[in-house]
Amino acid sequence: MTAPTTEPAAPTPAAAHEPPVIELRDLRRTFPGEPPVEALRGVDLTVHRGDYVSVVGPSGSGKSTLLHILGLLDRPTAGDYVLDGVPTRELSEQDRSRLRGGRIGFVFQSFHLLPHRSVLDNVLLATLYSGVPRATRRTRALAALERVGMSHRLDFLPPVLSGGERQRVAVARAVVTSPDVLLADEPTGNLDSSNSAGVLDLFDELHRDGLTLVVITHDDVVSAHARRRVRISDGLLDEVA
Amino acid sequence: MSAPAGQRTRRPGLLPGTRTALGRAAGRLRRLPRSVRAAPGAVRGVPASVRAALSGDRFGPRDLLAEAAHGVGSRPGRLLLTIIGTVLGIGSLVVTLGLAQTAAGQIAQQFDAAASTRVVVEPSTSRGQGGERATGRIPWDVEDRLGRIAGVDQVGALGAVDIGGARVATVLVNDPSVTPTTPPAVVAATPGLLDALSGRVVTGRWFDAGHDARADRVVVLGARAATRLGIHRVDRQPAVLIDERPYTVIGIVDDVARRSDLLDAVVLPLGTARADFRVASLEQAHVRIAVGAGPVVGEQAPLALAPNAPETIQAQVPPPPSAVREGVQGDVNAIFLALAAVALLVGGLGIANVTLLSVRERMGEIGLRRALGATTRHIVQQFLAESAVIGLLGGLIGAALGVGVVVAVSVARAWTPILDTGLVVVCALLGLVTGLLAGAYPALRAARTEPIAALRGTPG
Repeated sequence: MTAPTTEPAAPTPAAAHEPPVIELRDLRRTFPGEPPVEALRGVDLTVHRGDYVSVVGPSGSGKSTLLHILGLLDRPTAGDYVLDGVPTRELSEQDRSRLRGGRIGFVFQSFHLLPHRSVLDNVLLATLYSGVPRATRRTRALAALERVGMSHRLDFLPPVLSGGERQRVAVARAVVTSPDVLLADEPTGNLDSSNSAGVLDLFDELHRDGLTLVVITHDDVVSAHARRRVRISDGLLDEVA
Repeated sequence: MSAPAGQRTRRPGLLPGTRTALGRAAGRLRRLPRSVRAAPGAVRGVPASVRAALSGDRFGPRDLLAEAAHGVGSRPGRLLLTIIGTVLGIGSLVVTLGLAQTAAGQIAQQFDAAASTRVVVEPSTSRGQGGERATGRIPWDVEDRLGRIAGVDQVGALGAVDIGGARVATVLVNDPSVTPTTPPAVVAATPGLLDALSGRVVTGRWFDAGHDARADRVVVLGARAATRLGIHRVDRQPAVLIDERPYTVIGIVDDVARRSDLLDAVVLPLGTARADFRVASLEQAHVRIAVGAGPVVGEQAPLALAPNAPETIQAQVPPPPSAVREGVQGDVNAIFLALAAVALLVGGLGIANVTLLSVRERMGEIGLRRALGATTRHIVQQFLAESAVIGLLGGLIGAALGVGVVVAVSVARAWTPILDTGLVVVCALLGLVTGLLAGAYPALRAARTEPIAALRGTPG
């Protein structure tokens, strides 16, 4: 803990007898309609602690649906989703919100920062709902912002920041609650190449520090950073060597 | 630190750049439950104290207020427009109530004290074959009985004396040439009557309880009766002959406005009248009361005079002050209160409208908050709190403006402003209630939105 760990965070022996962070078993999601749309048709996926997984696929392949289910924003039609040992199938909406706040960090393509609130406030927002003790909220938010290199912009409003800076703030907001897994949805979709590279480097650093990442993208540059790549097409997943 | 190596590998610090003591402590704190949780099947085994500590700071009232304040304060221009309706509604409410109270106070000051301190007590009458008949009787000791009632200052009673066509004159002369005139009325009165009627002695004196008890043959003349009888001074002890019996005139009275017929009368003490003329009963008792004692006296006087049959005695209590004027005031108040209610309704609709608009605008924010772990309840609370704060702001400003208007009007009219401060506070709180009611539907709409749909909304 005193020094950042540098060993690769691939599944370690210790992880073998520890429940995976994410475990999907024959997961299906069908949207009602005429005819019904089968967005996910039996997906199995296991993400261990410290994994860096990218999910790639063309648009309409079920990427977003998968992300929403992983983020507990949507419920599967069938199959099981076990998050850090907790089966989420039978959970109430309130418990799902609680889990979402405490164990999942989101990074969105469009950043989703509150435009009228300062950078620091935006990061603090994540601590409100996740049960972070009030006394440590500010310390943790400042630490998270320093971690993403945004300490010099604490009182700025998001609209005056560049896209890359905004995404860094969003990442700080995602990690301030120490989530089990960071879910990123096209994190570089709105960024130019240099800003993209900065954000991807940040992801690499976070991964080296032990964070579990799942990045959904259609960009090969982004997925190349991941240690493990999964392709989704027509609602089915397969591992890319 | 002391964490085992395996553990460090699994859960290294996310923020190695900040190794402050505090950060380290926080890191250990949050590591503790996770390591416990990591054991299979121990998900629910997290120590209760840790769970409580973790959930205790989950969006408490302080966070709610802070978020609501930010939400309200982020658009000052719109806030101003939103609260105008509430300000007008609450303001006109306060002005209406305040002016009503002030005007009522004003009326009370101008209130005719004389008119409101008289009570007349009479036996009830019933209409029978032989005309109107009294069904009750005022007892002889009416002064004692009524004098004991709280609020009664002076009591007096009177009754007509039937002298059976006898003459009332100063000299006993039979002059056939003079056309016979109607003799002045002869009235029997109790000693307290003059004070009860607020009459004035012009000369001499009024008789007292002693004359009454001894049945002295004395009389007091009404001013006009005295003129008719040619008596202007009493120091030479003139006498009036009633039925050829002399009665010493001891005084002349005037200003008995309530019974102006007394001015034309010869007034005997009741005791004298009973002894000489067999007076059957008293017709009327006059009571002077303290201001505001009317209802009490009106209720108690019949009981005091006729305990066994109080319904046979009627007390005429002074009518409530300026009943007509107050009635008009009441109508005006009702109209203004209705206007205030309409203004408040419009204000509430304004809040509802703007909150609904802001819910639609802030879809992205709602989705984000849901993604960050907010429950539907948190979302409802936040939007309710925001509209309540807007309503309360409108209520406070409106109440303050209303008080200002009441004071200004009072200054302009040289009135004493009277305003119940509790009422003002209630009016301000009414603004909060308006906000809460107006925000209920938008808040529910916000909470019902699916997080995914909300996230697809406007980008932040």
